[in-house]
Amino acid sequence: MLELKNVSFTVGTPDSGLDIIDDVTLTVPDGRFTIITGPNGGGKSTLARLIMGIEKPTSGTILWNGRDITGLSINERATLGIGYAFQQPARFKGLTVRRLLSLAHGSELPENECCAYLTQVGLCSRDYLNREVDDSLSGGEVKRIEIATLMARDLQLAIFDEPEAGIDLWSFTMLVESFKTMRRLNNETVIIISHQERLMKIADDIVVIAAGRVRDSGAAEEVFPKLMGEFNEECDMRGGADRGEAR
Amino acid sequence: MPEQNITNTDLGLLKTIAGLDGIPPVGAYNLRLNSGSAGRRSTKNIEITSKTDRPGIDIRIKPGVKDEDVHIPVIIDASGIAETVYNDFFVGEGADVTIIAGCGIHNDGCEESRHDGVHRFFIGKDAKVRYIERHYGEGSGAGGRVMNPATEVYMEEGSSLEMETVQIGGIDSTVRKTLARLGDGCRMNLSERLMTHGSQTAESDVVVELNGRDSSAGIMSRTVAKDDSTQVFRPRAVGRNACRAHVRCDSIIMDRAKVSSVPEIAAESADAQLVHEAAIGRINNEQLLKLMTLGIDEERAEEIIVEGFLS
Repeated sequence: MLELKNVSFTVGTPDSGLDIIDDVTLTVPDGRFTIITGPNGGGKSTLARLIMGIEKPTSGTILWNGRDITGLSINERATLGIGYAFQQPARFKGLTVRRLLSLAHGSELPENECCAYLTQVGLCSRDYLNREVDDSLSGGEVKRIEIATLMARDLQLAIFDEPEAGIDLWSFTMLVESFKTMRRLNNETVIIISHQERLMKIADDIVVIAAGRVRDSGAAEEVFPKLMGEFNEECDMRGGADRGEAR
Repeated sequence: MPEQNITNTDLGLLKTIAGLDGIPPVGAYNLRLNSGSAGRRSTKNIEITSKTDRPGIDIRIKPGVKDEDVHIPVIIDASGIAETVYNDFFVGEGADVTIIAGCGIHNDGCEESRHDGVHRFFIGKDAKVRYIERHYGEGSGAGGRVMNPATEVYMEEGSSLEMETVQIGGIDSTVRKTLARLGDGCRMNLSERLMTHGSQTAESDVVVELNGRDSSAGIMSRTVAKDDSTQVFRPRAVGRNACRAHVRCDSIIMDRAKVSSVPEIAAESADAQLVHEAAIGRINNEQLLKLMTLGIDEERAEEIIVEGFLS
């Protein structure tokens, strides 16, 4: 179980700081599939980076399976079974896709297993195994390989930061299927930062982060209609103006 | 038997620089040990003979020879040796061979050990050559380990050369000079990989002259400079005909090291298409973070990035 207790993250000086995350308290139970959503700049990615240890909170505590991990480094958290897929993945000159997947797995991965992970993210595997994860790959390709590096690991908590960004529609459909499979097969806890309705529809829980705070959280079937309502309302407002002109 | 001088240290060096599990290897070879000969074999197709006027050997590869390797490793395990060796390769028309050179110095003494290898390649029409040269130094002594290779390549019509040079580490000072002249339809790819640490210095001057029509060249260097080491690269491509060349220098800089990359392209024909790029930068923080999220500590993550970069 992941617990965030009164977690804040402030940038700048204590006197004139900007609260990116402001006193967030949140519990993600084991085996749940949680979507964190909310407006851009609201603090979603920062929250994910705080959980992975890429950023350290200014105050508050992060507990993983009851253990305080607030002071642990990124790699220490990784060895506790926490994984993170970057929104903008790094590129590596000279490192092949196969080597990166093997590093993720923790030992040399057989070719057929590498291929299976790549297929899951919509890449024709044989073309990619020995390619370098460098600038020769497109943004979408690097992104899919990033997601595959999480699939190659034995994780208890997998965090995906906007997996849909930079991925074409066809691959995204495949990706949604992969997340569904991941749900069925593993008892992994999954947190996805996303704006995608199709991902929200397969989620157990939805957390809405806005202005650094938890604006709403709960079972997907409760939170999702409210989000859609909000969206419709905005549309209605614009639609209303149009109708006004027509009259 | 000449092999009697070979120690375990030498075998370790041979493994590192030439990938050899022992002497003799398969095929033609010449092993130079502490300025003397420690083994040689010519084959039906590849003849190795000593030069009569100065130290060094001539390697003559018959026309049409396919899929044969030649090993010519050099080992120095004594302190205080300084040598200049002249090796000439004559590659016959249509031959297709791999030449594995390399020099390993083990210096436990306080005097400098130095090997300057001067290699000339005369590559016949339509021949294909792969040339691999690995340099490595080790040992506990204060004596310097120095290598100054000079390579000249003359390529006849339609020939190709893949040249890979690797300086794995432990070489205190190196000045590398490479000159290649390409005829019509020749292709050359030069890849240079180098790592320096401590207070080592490395300099490399490369000149590739694309004299022939439809000739092409790729010159790529990837290097890592650690500690207080210094590196200077001056790769130069000269296009004198309808030709293509691409020069790329890419370096990772760490600690207090200094790296200077000066790629140059010079066109003396309106049909020459020449490109150069150069980059120097520290290890990307995003790369470190990614590997750390895989459970790898920062120090090991750096090693993995450097190994990959130089692989």
